[in-house]
This record gives sequence, C-alpha cells and structure tokens, in this order.
Amino acid sequence: MVSAPETHDLPHPSEASDISDIRVDSVGDFTFPERNKFDSGFGITSKTVDYIADVKGDPDWIREFRHKALKIFQDKPMPTHWATKDLENIKFDEFRYYLSDGQKPKRSWDDVPEDVKKTFDRLGIPEQERKFLAGVEAQYDSEAAYSNIKAAVSEQGVIFVNSTEGLHKHPEIFRKWFGKVIPTGDNKFSALNSAVFSGGSFIYVPPGVKVSHPLQAYFRINSEQFGQFERTLIIADEGSEVMYMEGCTAPKFETSTLHSAVVELVAMKGAKIQYVTVQNWSSNVFNLVTKRGIAHEDAVVKWIDCNIGSRLTMKYPGVIMKGKRARGEVISIALANSGQHQDTGAKMVHAADDTTSNVISKSISIGEGRSTYRGLVHIPKHLKGCKNNTECDALLINSNSHTDTYPAISVRGNQHSTQHEASVSQVSSDQIFYLMQRGLSEAEAMSLSVNGFINDLAKEFPMEYSVELKRLIDLEMEGSVG
Amino acid sequence: MSLEIKNLHAQIPGREILKGLNLTINPGEVHAIMGPNGSGKSTLSKVLCGHEDYEVTSGEVLLDGENILEMAVDARSRAGLFLAFQYPHEIPGVSNANFLRAALKARLPKGEDIDAVKFYKTMYARMDALEMDRSFTSRSVNEGFSGGEKKRNEILQLMMLEPKYAILDETDSGLDIDALKIVSRGVNAMRSENRGFLVITHYQRLLNYIQPDIVHVLKDGRIVKTGGKELSLELEERGYDWVTEEAVAA
Ligand SMILES: Nc1ncnc2c1ncn2[C@@H]1O[C@H](COP(=O)(O)OP(=O)(O)OP(=O)(O)O)[C@@H](O)[C@H]1O
Ligand SMILES: [Mg+2]
Repeated sequence: MVSAPETHDLPHPSEASDISDIRVDSVGDFTFPERNKFDSGFGITSKTVDYIADVKGDPDWIREFRHKALKIFQDKPMPTHWATKDLENIKFDEFRYYLSDGQKPKRSWDDVPEDVKKTFDRLGIPEQERKFLAGVEAQYDSEAAYSNIKAAVSEQGVIFVNSTEGLHKHPEIFRKWFGKVIPTGDNKFSALNSAVFSGGSFIYVPPGVKVSHPLQAYFRINSEQFGQFERTLIIADEGSEVMYMEGCTAPKFETSTLHSAVVELVAMKGAKIQYVTVQNWSSNVFNLVTKRGIAHEDAVVKWIDCNIGSRLTMKYPGVIMKGKRARGEVISIALANSGQHQDTGAKMVHAADDTTSNVISKSISIGEGRSTYRGLVHIPKHLKGCKNNTECDALLINSNSHTDTYPAISVRGNQHSTQHEASVSQVSSDQIFYLMQRGLSEAEAMSLSVNGFINDLAKEFPMEYSVELKRLIDLEMEGSVG
Repeated sequence: MSLEIKNLHAQIPGREILKGLNLTINPGEVHAIMGPNGSGKSTLSKVLCGHEDYEVTSGEVLLDGENILEMAVDARSRAGLFLAFQYPHEIPGVSNANFLRAALKARLPKGEDIDAVKFYKTMYARMDALEMDRSFTSRSVNEGFSGGEKKRNEILQLMMLEPKYAILDETDSGLDIDALKIVSRGVNAMRSENRGFLVITHYQRLLNYIQPDIVHVLKDGRIVKTGGKELSLELEERGYDWVTEEAVAA
C-alpha cells in the first residue's frame, strides 16, 4: 500500500455522507504552471506523429499504425451531416497533441512531482486509493504521473499499467487486441486518437480471477490549448471479473480543450467487465470519445457512464455481443447545463443467439442545456432469442431546455423481443415550491429533484462514486441558479 | 410576537383573489378558516408562503414583526412558517427520510449536519404517533401514497420541522374517521403556547378534534365574519349565504 500525504486542501468526496455535505466552488477549476520537457507544438502533421513516436520510443508497428491513422483522420470529413455543427468549431491547429514532463509514472505518491501530487490530492485520488481501490493510475496531460496496483492484486496475475508500458512489456496480449474492437477508421476521432494516443490504461485479468475492488484511472488536463488522447484496453480472460472506474476534470480555460479517448474492452467467455465513468469536464472541453466492448459467450460488458460538464460530449458506448448468451448494458446519466450539449447514447450489436442488451439513459437539461440520445440496436435476421430493453428518460428544468431522442432499433426476424420506452418530464415550479416551503434553497430543491430522478441509476455506481455524483449535481445546480 | 396579515391584496394576472384580508394569529392560538370553494383559502396559504403565481399588490405580512413578503419561499420556511398542502406534491426518487433530513439540515449553519441517530429516533417516534408504517421512510415522498397517507405525511413533516406558525389546508379531506382522529392527535400534540395554527377546513367535524380558539369565514377574498367555535356549528347548519348578507348589512 502507498503512503499518501496527510494534508488535504479541500474537503473530500468520500468523507461526505450526504448530498449536500460539501460546498466547493468548483471541483477541478485550478491549474499549475506548465513545466513540459516534451511539447509536440501546435497542430497535427506527420511530424507530430513522429515526434510522439520518438518521445515514447514506439516500436515500428505502432509508428506505422499512427501514420495510417493520421491519413484516415485527415481524409475523413466531420460527421456534421447528423451531428452538431459545433464540431466545425474545433480548430485542430490550435491544440498541442503531446505534453509531458518526461518522467516515468511513479509507484509512490511521495515520488510524484509536488504540483501533480497536489492536483490529485485536491481531487481526492490518494484518499480514495487508500479507502477502496485495488489500483490507481493518474494521468496528467499526456502521460501517467502515478501508477500503482496493490500487491495482492498483482500477485493474482492482474496487469494494470499505462498503455505505453502495456505495449512494451506485454506485446503478446496487447497486440492481439489493440485496435481490434474499434477500428481506426470507425470515426474521425477514433482515427485522431489512433494517430496521437498516449496514456490510458492497459489491463489484463487472468482466467478465473475476480478483482474484488475497482481499478481506477483519473485523467487530468492541466495545460491550455491541449488535447488529451488516452487509449485504454481491458482484457478480462475467461471467467474473470473486473470493475474499472475513470474520472476526468480540467480547469476552465479561455480557449477550448479537446479530449478524445478510445476505450476497447474484451470480455472472454464468462467474463464480466464493468466500466464506470464519472466525468466532470469544464464547459469548454470538446469530449469526443469512442468506447466499445466485445462480449464473448456468457460474458457481460456493462458501461456505467455519467457525463457532467463539457461544451460538447459525443459518446455512444457500445457492446458487440459476439458469443451466445452474452449481455451488454449501458447505464447512462447526462447533465447538460446552459452552454452544454450532451450527445450520448448506446450502440448494441447482437451477433449471436440468446444475447441480451439493456440500455437505460437518463438526461437532465437545465436552462439552455441540450441533451440528445442516440441509440442503435442491431439484431440480424439469422439470430434467435435476442432481447433488448431500451429506456430513455429526460428531465427538463425550465422551458428553454432541449432534448431529442433518436432511437434506431433495427431488428430483423421475429424471434426476438425488444422493448422501448421513453419519457420526458419537467421539474415543475410546484415541485420546487413544495421543497422550498420545507426550507430548501432553490438550488437544493433542484438538486434533490435531479438526484431523485437518477436515484435508481445512481445505485448502479459504487457507493463512493454515487456520493461524488450527488456532489457534482449539487455544484451544477448551485451554479445554474446563480 | 404574532403572524400579522394586514390588508393583503393578491392577484393572478387579470384577477384579484385576495381583496384586503386582515388576520392576526398569536402564538398559542388556533384559528380556523372556513369558506366556500374558490373563496381564496388556498391562495391565502400560498401567498403567505411566497408562491410565485401570485402577485401581492398591497398589504403586509409580519412574522414576529418581520415583513416576510420580501423573503424567498425557503427563507420564510426557515423563519418558522409551515404549510400542510391541500395537494401535497410527489417527489419521485427522493425518500421521505432524505427529504426530511435535507429540510432539517437546511435550518443548520452551513457545514453542520444533523445527528443521524437522533434524527431517526425522533422520526420514528413521530411516525408511531401518527401510526405510520416504517416503510414510509424509504418510500419516495408522496409517490403512490393514498390521499390520506399524503395528508398524514404532511403532519409528519410539521412535527419534524416544528414551525412557529403552521397552516393546515384541508388536512382533513381524504382522511377516514380513524385517520382524522390520529392526525388531530398529532396536531394537538404540537399545540403549544409558542406555536400558532391556521386550520383551513370545510367541515366542522375536524374542529371537534382540533378545537379552534377563533373561527373566520373567508368569502371572495376577505374575512367576512369572525367568531368563536360556535360559528363553525352555525356554518355547518346554515351554509355560507347568510354570512354574506350579514357582512353586507354590516
Ligand atoms: N394559479 C392560479 N391560476 C388561476 N386561477 C387561480 C390560481 N390560484 C387560484 N385561482 C383561482 O382563485 C380562486 C381561489 O382559489 P383557491 O384555491 O384559493 O380557493 P379555495 O378557497 O382554496 O377553494 P377550495 O375550497 O375549493 O379549496 C379560484 O377561483 C381559483 O380558480
Ligand atoms: Mg383550497
């Protein structure tokens, strides 16, 4: 176990017992001066790609992989025919694609540079690690600053390292699955990530091993005019189980920030992967993430996804149910405040008999905030016994709010069962009046209403994360009432 | 010390509903208001609590000397004003216990929390007094509650928040005879020399259980008659028509 520092500048989420226990002005809005040894400079060309490959000491096949991806990225148009035009406001020349201080990830917080340590202290990571995590990776801009797995877990043969280390030290597993779940050309942003990726986690869980505590990664953007492109690959071998959680924050900069991750999950026969995200981006982050898992026979892939903040989030976690009786789930919560667009959903591809998918999405739109749900469920004709359940509920807080639902359920054949429900509700002024009459402030009344709306989904999060979730909602509500 | 309503005028766009209402409730007193449907009883209770639908065009409301009309809804509540709603709202996904905790916590200085053990002890005792099943603590506020259960839940909140002035808007409607007795017992237990009540009802029966000190008749946005308990008996017998006549004659 790691000895974490004893002092904390801010109260900490896991100390909270209730939703309104802590008041912090903002979760992640602070920054430290840059001291980068490696800076790829502005814009993206093949030189950028070589720079990154050189700094990281990539093997040739990765360098080639990056160059191919760059070409695809450059050739592929923005998906603005169906997606928001705001994508056109991303100025790729105004970002830096790789920033690092050139240090290797540390195994002990004591060895992590002071400012980086302070950052993660404020975000509560070492504390969480001590309390309930099996391992932590903390990424600062492009590279992991800290990475550690508890001895008991690594002794079981579990590998939990950053992607660079994964590809260098475990090429036989890494190469077999890397880029296989999400092809480079899946979309413009998966291609971009493939060209410049750095950081992210590589996890391998051996057959039959059930990792009892979650592994966590935290992605922190510290520098302005920067893009973060982590790449995560998780392989759960036969009959194993793992829960992975990620948190993300960035300070509020004047300029926009880009975060574009690719996450690939592979659940072998009978394995179970749960992937939990609680992101709390500041409101100028373009968050364009591709996440997909393959579930083999009797395997389960479950995405639990909570999107708070960002200027634009586009994220549709998917599961390809490749083996019989495989199960895919997406549980998502999106909160769009004024000036934000949460464009989220799920992609469920049934590719074997008796596979089951479940999508539950809840969105909250506040003020001018906009939520979009895009779902895709595909069940081909030659299969039998497939089931899908899709529920999407939207909650609107004040009349300017905007919500759209685009469910696309393509079910061929008649040997399947699908169910789709959608609802839109309002937090009425009478509800707020009722709560305020009992003494709650307007912000507290809205928070309580929103927390009530997502209550059944919040239970899906590990306890510590549902506390964090409630706290983030409180902060959002406080901010929106002013 | 009193809840003092002076010449209160309130309207919705294009229509005045309260037309110069005067009423003073001293701590320790129970006032009953009776009056025909649509006369403005619920409007009065909501205006006192600061509902945004109504615009106060003139008049004053002083809570222990402080003009509360300038205060936000939640500040009025924390100042000691409570309304048991005629139609309590449902709050999906929020448990009764969490709701009560949040409401109590809102009364504490920032950063302080209530003692959870004490809270549950008090809440269970009050639920026992109201003969409410423990399962109501974890159920969502009012969601799926029967009409009578909602009313009982309002009184539970009253008992937990211990306001200085409590308005009960038709708390008796929807209650069966046994529930009426239980709820009345709860209210009576809260009667004290430090607390004033305004009980809105259509039925004299409630007033057999919650004995009022003073009975008012509200008609067309004004108090048109005030008397003792016997007035409610007379109203029960004769209806409201004669009251107008008397007021007009006066
Ligand atoms: N928000 C509102 N919008 C429109 N009309 C309203 C509103 N609130 C009250 N009114 C009207 O004002 C009048 C008084 O309503 P109020 O609910 O105060 O009556 P009440 O005395 O409580 O009646 P009841 O005995 O039926 O409960 C009614 O005619 C009602 O329709
Ligand atoms: Mg009424």
